[in-house]
Amino acid sequence: MAQAAAAPKKKVEGVPEKLHVWPYLVRLEFLCALVTIIALTVWSIVIDAPLEEAANPTKTPNPSKAPWYFLGLQDILVYFDPWFAGVVAPVLIIVGLMLIPYLDVNPKGNGYYTYHERKVAIWVYCFGFLVLWIALIIMGVFLRGPGWNLFMPWQYWDPHKVVALVSVDLPYAFGFRDYTWSAIFGGGVLLAYFGIGTGAYFFMERKALKSVGFLRMLLKIQLALIMMGIVIKIVLRIGFNIKYIMVTPWISV
Amino acid sequence: MANKAPQIPNIAEFIHKIKSGEIFSDIAKEITESQLWTSAFRHGYADTPRNRVLQIASNVWLHLHPVKMHRHALRIKFTWCMGGITFLLFLSTVVTGVILMFYYRPVGEYAYYDMKYLQYDVPFGMLMRNMHRWAAHAMVITVWLHMFRVFLTGSYKPPREFNWVIGVFLVTFTLLLSFTGYLLPWDQLAMWAVTVGTNMARATPFLGNEGPFAEYVGVTPRYDARSLLIGGSLVGPPALLRFYVLHCIFIPLIAGALMIVHFWRIRKDGGISGPL
Repeated sequence: MAQAAAAPKKKVEGVPEKLHVWPYLVRLEFLCALVTIIALTVWSIVIDAPLEEAANPTKTPNPSKAPWYFLGLQDILVYFDPWFAGVVAPVLIIVGLMLIPYLDVNPKGNGYYTYHERKVAIWVYCFGFLVLWIALIIMGVFLRGPGWNLFMPWQYWDPHKVVALVSVDLPYAFGFRDYTWSAIFGGGVLLAYFGIGTGAYFFMERKALKSVGFLRMLLKIQLALIMMGIVIKIVLRIGFNIKYIMVTPWISV
Repeated sequence: MANKAPQIPNIAEFIHKIKSGEIFSDIAKEITESQLWTSAFRHGYADTPRNRVLQIASNVWLHLHPVKMHRHALRIKFTWCMGGITFLLFLSTVVTGVILMFYYRPVGEYAYYDMKYLQYDVPFGMLMRNMHRWAAHAMVITVWLHMFRVFLTGSYKPPREFNWVIGVFLVTFTLLLSFTGYLLPWDQLAMWAVTVGTNMARATPFLGNEGPFAEYVGVTPRYDARSLLIGGSLVGPPALLRFYVLHCIFIPLIAGALMIVHFWRIRKDGGISGPL
């Protein structure tokens, strides 16, 4: 019970471990509510909600932005087709979040703050939440201008900014010119990524297989590979001008 | 009639009671021992352990709480207070939202002008709209922070796994509530943000007209996942009505029901998590 020592820092003599909710919690809730309501009221008096000109279906603003909390998803539209960025990715985020308690079988760190007892879990969540979600939202709100082009805060949002479209597909960069062979190569790269990733994970964690279970480990590594894959795709696009990994008539990644 | 002689108040005693302040405790006693008072309030207010328990257990609003709790769960450093603040902000949007509904008609011809009316003519209309919008935005942030806190403390671990799942549903519904409300001002900001958002639905695999494999299903721009959502092939008056109904009735009901389950399960799963 190393954590028990951390919980009640100043052990007040004579104060029991269990307290009455009335008054100790209720008064705290009341104070919190008071502060929140005052802050909300003052904020609402000072800052007006926006109301632009009336909706006009013939006048598309540039840039057209989704509500701010979806701008992380809108930003990965740069790197992925809408079926992934707009549909599959949100579903994977929701399902992946719901699966967390069933995939993380580490019994430590239940009910207290700890980094050392669950480093991987904390890293994965912080990366997903703070970088892939929050940082992309901040970028989408402040740095994306007309044409969804990137503008620094001091730059003028030039609607006529020309950005050369020089990106090519990965098979093309490797010299494939034939459509069929390109698709086979691209599909092979994807299969290899997920296959080798899964294989390597199972090999490294082979001792845990019995206690964690096959299905858990399989789901865990697939979700991790998809999350890493999004980052890899962003890096490939920005650093190497790669558009798609795999191109087929039906679906492109 | 053996009538009693009517009691003549002793003036001197009466004045003494007023002067000494005794009169107040007399009045208080008269009120708190009346039938009306005792029927409404089942226990005294004196600070006794019994009353502390009854204060929670005999109050329909407070009895979501346990009667007693661990000291560690009181610390704001541990809980960040974010779950409670999210719920409070939800309640604020319900109150201000009902007021806004008195003045707002979800019809293409009226919606925008009702917004103008609300802002310039309705007493406190602008304040109600501001509070509604900012509370909704704040709620999105606080619910994310709540989730972050619950993750960092490992509070989703057994026995609380399922309450985390309900929580993820609630996060999703918070975003959907905010998103459906985003269209209602019926201005350029609203229409195009929702156009960008709902355009994603037409890329749904199999079910969206621009999604992969759509040609095998036979969906069209007028008959696919997106048109189901917005009632047409572009964000127009049918979308406004749909989003209004989803925003004011459907999603709040589901989110409210899930909140009840969420709060109830906190207790059933052993209260706010803490070191075992």
